[in-house]
Amino acid sequence: MSRPSDHYDSAPAKRDGAIAGPSLGPIGYARFFWRQLTSMRTALFLLLLLAIAAVPGSLVPQRSSDPNGVVQYTRDNPTLAPIVDAVQGFDVYTSVWFSAIYLLLFVSLIGCVIPRTAHHFKALRAAPPKTPARLDRLEGYASVEVGAGESDAAAAIDSARDILRRSGYRVQLFEGQGGDFSVSAERGYLRETGNLVFHTALIGVLISVGIGGSFGYSGQKVIVEGDSFSNVLLSYESFLPGRFFDDSVLEPYRLTLDDFDVEYEQQNRNAYGQPIDFTAGVTTFQGGAEAGVEREIKVNAPLSIGGNEIYLLGNGYAPVITVRDGNGDVAFSQAVPFLPQDANLTSLGVLKVPDALPEQLSMRGFFYPSAVPLDTGAFTSNYPDLVNPVLSLQVYTGEPRLDDGVYALDLDGLTEIAGRTAATPSIELRPGETADLPGGAGSITFENAAPASAAGDLEQSVPRFASLDIHRDPSQGWVLLFAILVLAGLLTSLFIPRRRVWVKAIDSDGGLRLEYAGLARGEDPGLERAVRDIQQRHAQRLGLRVNE
Amino acid sequence: MTEQFVSASLVAIWSAMGVYTVAFILFTLDLAKRSAGDAESAGSTADSSSTAESLAFERAAASESSSGRSIGGQLGNAGGITATLVRPVEDSPAPKVYRLERVAFALTGLAWLVHVAAVLLRGFAQGYVPWANMFEFSLTSSAIIVGVFLFMQFWQNLRFLGAYISGFALIVLGVGTVNFYVDVVPLAVPLQSFWLVIHVFVAVLGTAFFALGAGLSITQLLQSRAAAGRAVGLRFLQTIPSADKLETLAYRVIVVGFVFWTFTLIAGAVWAERAWGRYWGWDTKEVWTFIIWTIFAGYIHARATRGWRGSRSAWLAIIGFGAVMFNFTVVNLFFKGLHAYSGL
Ligand code: HEM
Repeated sequence: MSRPSDHYDSAPAKRDGAIAGPSLGPIGYARFFWRQLTSMRTALFLLLLLAIAAVPGSLVPQRSSDPNGVVQYTRDNPTLAPIVDAVQGFDVYTSVWFSAIYLLLFVSLIGCVIPRTAHHFKALRAAPPKTPARLDRLEGYASVEVGAGESDAAAAIDSARDILRRSGYRVQLFEGQGGDFSVSAERGYLRETGNLVFHTALIGVLISVGIGGSFGYSGQKVIVEGDSFSNVLLSYESFLPGRFFDDSVLEPYRLTLDDFDVEYEQQNRNAYGQPIDFTAGVTTFQGGAEAGVEREIKVNAPLSIGGNEIYLLGNGYAPVITVRDGNGDVAFSQAVPFLPQDANLTSLGVLKVPDALPEQLSMRGFFYPSAVPLDTGAFTSNYPDLVNPVLSLQVYTGEPRLDDGVYALDLDGLTEIAGRTAATPSIELRPGETADLPGGAGSITFENAAPASAAGDLEQSVPRFASLDIHRDPSQGWVLLFAILVLAGLLTSLFIPRRRVWVKAIDSDGGLRLEYAGLARGEDPGLERAVRDIQQRHAQRLGLRVNE
Repeated sequence: MTEQFVSASLVAIWSAMGVYTVAFILFTLDLAKRSAGDAESAGSTADSSSTAESLAFERAAASESSSGRSIGGQLGNAGGITATLVRPVEDSPAPKVYRLERVAFALTGLAWLVHVAAVLLRGFAQGYVPWANMFEFSLTSSAIIVGVFLFMQFWQNLRFLGAYISGFALIVLGVGTVNFYVDVVPLAVPLQSFWLVIHVFVAVLGTAFFALGAGLSITQLLQSRAAAGRAVGLRFLQTIPSADKLETLAYRVIVVGFVFWTFTLIAGAVWAERAWGRYWGWDTKEVWTFIIWTIFAGYIHARATRGWRGSRSAWLAIIGFGAVMFNFTVVNLFFKGLHAYSGL
């Protein structure tokens, strides 16, 4: 079957000259090396090595899936981290050594599959092999002695051939030297086909994954209720292009987040306040269209638009904050997304107001949707919905760093004017309230986003944001297709038996002896039964009454 | 209503555990008794389903040590030609039936029915599939493992694995209920998907087949040690199939598990694409699912590689199942990742 020479079913290799090193030329060496690489033993070794090599990536945080974990790990293990990093321990699955293993494995795979495919194509057209001289050593062997000559050998074999052919066997008739007739039959070529499809589809998976990673991209966008997003590079908060990304693939569309609804469990006391549904209601505008279409994005139900899939991956509150500076001018007024820190949405946020005069301002603090005071005087939130929203901010003067993003505040060089270490305590605000900053530095207003609501109803007072992941993966469908082929090939190759069956008819003084036997090619627990079945149907066809 | 269902489910869990315990003790006693060479307890009855199959498995032996059996024929009715069939038969003894084992097996069946009731009650109580957190996963996976073991008997007599399976189920169920119990809560939003039903269920099926495969492989290793004269005191091994046959059985069971596992991997990727926006991201759970898949792919290759049949491939099957258990316990509890649904 042109399987690797150390395949269980192959004949043991002859110890030929290939082992005698010194006499090998370069071609001999190459051939020797290639044979080693495409042997079953190498494939097995590389598979096990791949399994082992995958382990460290589950022990050490990975940049690709858990970048914050890497930062944390580096902080916790300052001596170990550089060593881990040097051996690409934070990027195991793209590391040189991991890639080397799977690439070698796939080279071995290709080297193994190509000759087998060629061989299989030939086998598909070849006739079954000659009937062995002796069948009695083979599996399921049975013989039937037929009394005085009614049925002649050739006719008996003809009908056996018929039965076999109808059962899906490929058949070939042979005439032996001793005047015996036989039919040699083989079936289950699909087993090898399945095996080849399986292995080839694995290559397909690898290639299409690689292509998708190179031409696709993924980006993130945090979008507050009422705001919109246009599909151009600048509107993305973060953007991770593949190697061959080209921004002409960004199709023009726009969407607005009309509302973001969360449903909380209210009945079950064990899970009071657990979110049970998130729905982002959006309006999408394809191309330059004026008229929008209302759509929904939910967890487990992304939105497809303009070659993108848009996933809902996170949400939180974005209090609307207005800052007036020391001169009384509005220096900042917008919704600021605060990042949730716990299940009750105690959230952390940062504001930078470089435009404030005469002194630049920045703030960091917490938002509590349902604030309750702790013994320490601080707050916590005890419910994720807006029951008692409170904003608590520490305020700094000085020039804030702007290059570290909108969620981080580097306190270096800043002076706290309200907060734990300042004379003035943190600023605490409820929706609609304003507080003056100390020293005439200005004022902060926590705007009520729904001022028209009834007094005491704060349900709509703070807008929510949704964080969306926006992906383009042009080869995703191919990956799925190959994965399905992998599964189909696997099923075919594991559960379709490949077997040979022989029926031989020998004239023996006036009577006739019929012999039946089979040979399994690979795992075939049903062979015995199959041979018996052929024998019984044959007997029936010949009109034999068989005594056992 | 929910409350009654939940407490009924708990009552059923504890009852099932009680009966499993008795079954486990009896299975173990039976093996001990067989080791003591107590042949008298064995009534011998032919077990038709397993005889037919064992013909196929002992075929190698059969064609070696065949003694032809031929019975002369009488003349048939007019028109029919009389013929005589000669088929080699093996001299395999009729399989023995061990009374203690029978009782233990029946008790396992009983415990399983109660166990399944517990699973169903929990499901009805919460209105979604009972495998969305670690407790429920323990509850349901142990039921499926025992179920696969029980139904396997229609195909093969694997009752000698009874102590292993009932003991295993008892531990999973016990630890799951005592250490990981959580009350009924609404289904977390990311889990609200059709894929929870199919992906996790098939993963458990795969696990069940791997568990049986590991059991068979362990027995195979014991058997080959016994053949080498190194398993003193385990004379019950003489009453169960040979190492070769165990290896074939293990292979056939594991291959089914492997197909389920492959499906789990693909279905998981499809779900991850829907829920997390990427089909593969080397999340810890994904990593371990991949490792397990690769180990078993290695196992299948080992079985086809000269020099790797026998004990070596058996070790791979055991290591593979060890990785499955590791994935379910250590990875769930101690590794950080997106699959943080242990419910604790
Ligand atoms: C990515 C690496 C590989 C994986 C995941 C893999 C996986 C598998 C699996 C699951 C099977 C059993 C199902 C089937 O027959 O279709 C199998 C069988 C087989 N593989 Fe691979 N394989 C890999 C690489 C290779 C390589 C490099 C070779 C060649 C040396 C090879 C040769 C074979 C052969 C000959 C069989 C048939 C085994 C038999 O006769 O039972 N495979 N492989």
